[in-house]
Amino acid sequence: MSWISTTFTSSLGKKFIVALTGLFLCSFLMVHCGINSLIFLNDGGLAFNAGAEFMITNPVIKLMEYVLFLGLIAHIVQTLMLAYQNKKARPVEYHTSNGAANSKWYSRSMTLLGTLILIFLILHLSHFWASKVTGHLAASGETMFEEMKEVFENLWVVIIYVLAQGALGYHLLHGFQSAHQTLGLNHVKYNGLIKGVGTVLAVVLPVLFAAMPIVIYLGIIK
Amino acid sequence: MSEKHINIKLKVWRQKNKSASGKMEDYSLSGVSTDMSFLEMMDTLNEKLTKENKEPVAFDHDCREGICGMCSMHINGRPHGPLKGVTTCQLHMRSFNDGDTIVVEPWRASAFPVLRDLVVDRTSFDRIQHAGGFISINTGAAPDANAIPVPKVNADEAFLAAQCIGCGACVAACKNSSAMLFTSAKVSQYALLPQGQAERSRRVEAMVAQMDKEGFGACTNTGACSAECPKEISISHIARLNRDYIAAKSSSEAV
Ligand code: SF4
Ligand code: FES
Repeated sequence: MSWISTTFTSSLGKKFIVALTGLFLCSFLMVHCGINSLIFLNDGGLAFNAGAEFMITNPVIKLMEYVLFLGLIAHIVQTLMLAYQNKKARPVEYHTSNGAANSKWYSRSMTLLGTLILIFLILHLSHFWASKVTGHLAASGETMFEEMKEVFENLWVVIIYVLAQGALGYHLLHGFQSAHQTLGLNHVKYNGLIKGVGTVLAVVLPVLFAAMPIVIYLGIIK
Repeated sequence: MSEKHINIKLKVWRQKNKSASGKMEDYSLSGVSTDMSFLEMMDTLNEKLTKENKEPVAFDHDCREGICGMCSMHINGRPHGPLKGVTTCQLHMRSFNDGDTIVVEPWRASAFPVLRDLVVDRTSFDRIQHAGGFISINTGAAPDANAIPVPKVNADEAFLAAQCIGCGACVAACKNSSAMLFTSAKVSQYALLPQGQAERSRRVEAMVAQMDKEGFGACTNTGACSAECPKEISISHIARLNRDYIAAKSSSEAV
């Protein structure tokens, strides 16, 4: 085996991929959240539609969409492989285990939180991405904002979207810091910053995302 | 603190040998002095079992002063019990109350197979160490202490890493049974000193490869290891291991 394959099949190599793709997905979330937050301007979706139009038609962004899916798949596949390996590393469970004494519950539940996010993501893509790919959106002449209002008419959808943001928040709260640690970025000068940025992201992104379906459902944003 | 005597119940993992399937067994002990160490309490239990013509509980121990790393009990859901920075042998019965039920289990990891009762095989740690946890020099006569100047801060940090006693609590505490804290401590103690530089890349590559081969899980940075480590080894050593591994893999001569 060459050094490249030994590196990326080692436990550390797999983790580097999870960390790098995780941080990449964070950057996507920031862009996504930024553009969607344009709805809060309450201008009938004008600015938001323009932003969405740019994201759909810009060739660089189109290319990034493929990179994004590749990144997402790599993040999931690598984590599942690691989770399987980790499960195998303890064939007999403890009779009594007090994890709360030494670590945070969300740090120990990243696979579960990630799975919840994935389930949400499938639903989310079926709501907003499928109509774009099938050309339904273009054919119906509907704007992204109109489609958004339609989807968020349903109370259940709103509830699921809001709950999913809770999972995302805790996933980020551990994930952002953890990715830096995995890449070896642990240094007294920057640890505070990494922790701070991670916490801000874990709060601000989910809160904004969760606010979107709520304000639309309540008719605050029209 | 004045001595008290307490009555306790114990749930202890009993397993005849490596291939046998074990189970938890209940015992009770009365009049346990709170001045006893946890291992002395286990000795008392074993005396009682011997008198009853029962097989005593096998457990590892050696120095009984917190420096050898042999004692290895998972007590009430935590490696080395409830106290921070303390090995099982340094834990005392005053940390428990009258009427408590105390659950005692062996470390659980496929890389630490149970040999008997609470005794596990930790030679996987030895093999990680043998893979690269050394420096290759002609020893000869003892060199002059200050022949190679080492800044005090580096020496201190290296000594913090070198405090690891190889007890395995980090693996036992980790939900992934990862040996990253141990391996990172053993890599760091050389990476921080001038003597360790010549073999720095080779060392980290070989030790990580051996760690994976032994079947330890992958670290997800929960921090449980460091919180339970009796020597309070910091996870900043894990970050150093990660850095050294990236650097070694991308620049070492081993292709
Ligand atoms: S790092 Fe700590 S817990 Fe792990 S083997 Fe060393 S001393 Fe024990
Ligand atoms: S018996 Fe040596 S550290 Fe506990």
